[in-house]
Amino acid sequence: MTSARLTALADLRGDIERIESHTDAQDLRRVALGHAGADAALQGGLALGALHEVFAEASRHSAAATGFVAGLARRIGVRPLLWVRQDFAERESGALSLSGYRELGLDPRLLVTVRAPDAEAALRTAADALACDALGCVVLEIWGETRHLDLVASRKLTLAARGSGVTGLLLRVAAAPMPSSAETRWIVRAAHSPPTRFGTAPWQQIWGAPVLETTLVRNRHGPNGHWIMEWKCDECLFRDAPAHPQPVAAAAADRSHPAAAIAWQRRAG
Amino acid sequence: MFDADAAADAQTLDHVAAWCDRFTPLVALDSPDGLLLDITGCAHLFGGEVALLQMLCTALAAQGFAVSAAIASTAVCARTISRARHGRIVADGDEAAAVAPLPVATLGADAAITSGLRRAGLKTIGDVAARARHEITARFGAGFTTLLEQALGQGDAPISPKQPLPDYIVEKRFAEPVATDGVIAATLTSLACMLVAAMDRQGKGARRLQASFFRTDGAVRSIAVDTGQPVTKAEVIDRLFRERLDAIADPLDPGFGFDLIRLSASRTEIVVQQQRDLGAHIHDNDELSALIDRIAARLGDRRVVVHLPQDTHIPERAVLAVSAQQHLGHAAQAVWQTRVADEPPLRPLRLFEHPEPIQVIAGVPDGPPAQFRWRRATHAVVRAEGPERVAMEWWRAEGVTLTRDYFRVEDEAGLRFWLYRDGLYGSEVMPAAGQPNWFMHGLFA
Repeated sequence: MTSARLTALADLRGDIERIESHTDAQDLRRVALGHAGADAALQGGLALGALHEVFAEASRHSAAATGFVAGLARRIGVRPLLWVRQDFAERESGALSLSGYRELGLDPRLLVTVRAPDAEAALRTAADALACDALGCVVLEIWGETRHLDLVASRKLTLAARGSGVTGLLLRVAAAPMPSSAETRWIVRAAHSPPTRFGTAPWQQIWGAPVLETTLVRNRHGPNGHWIMEWKCDECLFRDAPAHPQPVAAAAADRSHPAAAIAWQRRAG
Repeated sequence: MFDADAAADAQTLDHVAAWCDRFTPLVALDSPDGLLLDITGCAHLFGGEVALLQMLCTALAAQGFAVSAAIASTAVCARTISRARHGRIVADGDEAAAVAPLPVATLGADAAITSGLRRAGLKTIGDVAARARHEITARFGAGFTTLLEQALGQGDAPISPKQPLPDYIVEKRFAEPVATDGVIAATLTSLACMLVAAMDRQGKGARRLQASFFRTDGAVRSIAVDTGQPVTKAEVIDRLFRERLDAIADPLDPGFGFDLIRLSASRTEIVVQQQRDLGAHIHDNDELSALIDRIAARLGDRRVVVHLPQDTHIPERAVLAVSAQQHLGHAAQAVWQTRVADEPPLRPLRLFEHPEPIQVIAGVPDGPPAQFRWRRATHAVVRAEGPERVAMEWWRAEGVTLTRDYFRVEDEAGLRFWLYRDGLYGSEVMPAAGQPNWFMHGLFA
């Protein structure tokens, strides 16, 4: 009796080992982001055929998170991209502007947008799309908390992605991270544009490149990390942002604004 | 006692016409109270003309309608006879004899013509037919002569059916009405196989499919599915209808059951079979359009879109979202403006469909903003660039068209916004009229 039970237990352990080894880091193809620190933490880059979650730190950082997702999608490759967006997300953080999308170095010709009426329809569409290996990646954009996106749903997405090799990017705004089967989870906020050299005339100052403060809070096969990256629109990769002065404290409320701006520039210089 | 309701009558006639679809695909409305069915080549399916007429009249009478029907070789002849006698079938060539004794009112001409004929002493159609045609035409017009000739079987005009004739139809009738989902799904599957076999013989694929469910109580429900590429596989048709049936807002209500389920291909295209390379990405395109078809079947055609660039400076009109099913090929060949190297993005990544009003404090009325309030939060502007002046297109002006001055700004948290002032201060917005309006239009990554 005992030995039979032990055998059964050993069998089960073997099964679990086999299942777990399937998701081994070596099995997944990876694509480098270009940012040395992040690539090292990710053991070579972002895993393909897996699910990655990107959270906006607060809803006002939704565009930064969108930019990060767009950058990841571009790194994954130039294959058709399906962007599934919930209608409410479009009302809250705006629709994707294809001119801006083009300027980030992505190809609007490869983009197919699905406007889903609600989170449930969006999830179902994404699960369907992740099984279609003609796509490079599927972006699923969901606004706010939803009970449909639980562990079971994310497991389904992960399995579909693994089966087809299509990468799933989950863009969440105004939501708190929940347990999921994602390969990585990022929290993104906007960061200041790189400072200009002191004394540069205003019309020579080039600023406005997408600089993002990213925190890797979950990584199944490596350490977490915190980096400030700049998306290089021309080279189409992430780079370490040049000096990135963040204000130590919020600007004083009693001081007039232009003075604060000058003070900030002086500090930066 | 009710008031006459012409709209409700028309709707009822429309429902009866839909029900009559089971006998022939060519059903035309003859308002206000008639239907014309072209049963050419259909009668034998119901055991001949006599049996068909009887079946139709019995069923309609059972639904509570008073029916008067006739079969003849022209539509006008049959209609004329049905107004006088019920259930008559006129053999080919007997039309003139059959209509001759009928009163002229049964022709259904204008009241003025009918009373004119009567006043001329022509009481029956036979009387009118006996006169020379040119006399009739001179007095009552060529339209009436044509009508008379058609009633006499000397000329014919096609009826204009309610729906265009589908290219392929397959259907299944049930002796006992079916109501369970399983049977309905299995029926659709077998119908899809039959349809594909029929189309395959002529090398066709379906672009538009329609499934019609005829309920025993006369209600008919039709569900249509469009595809981007011609469909030639039964399993694809099956899956599309499953997605569609799953997603429709008011589910299929079988009531007491369906006694006829029909699948028709109303638009078809010739399919060119081509040899494909292994690993070619033509295969990818097929897969993608199949996926788009499935999503469109579930969510609707307008919810799956591709994007085409437009030749305009107005940001919200710069891109047109069009149905992916129809325009996947166009979108793949669209020419987009190339980006300027070494420049940060000049257009935001996210654009609001309706620009949101914001409260702005600007140093000078036509200068960049120093601080603004958007969605109940105050943002202090650290850097600003602009204005980029976008003039509205006067040649397609609708309502007010003010020039916009766009500014790219970054606030103290590093958020980058795209906002604009509506109207040129001093020329379009007068200083006396108060502060100009500012709007938030987009967000940069």
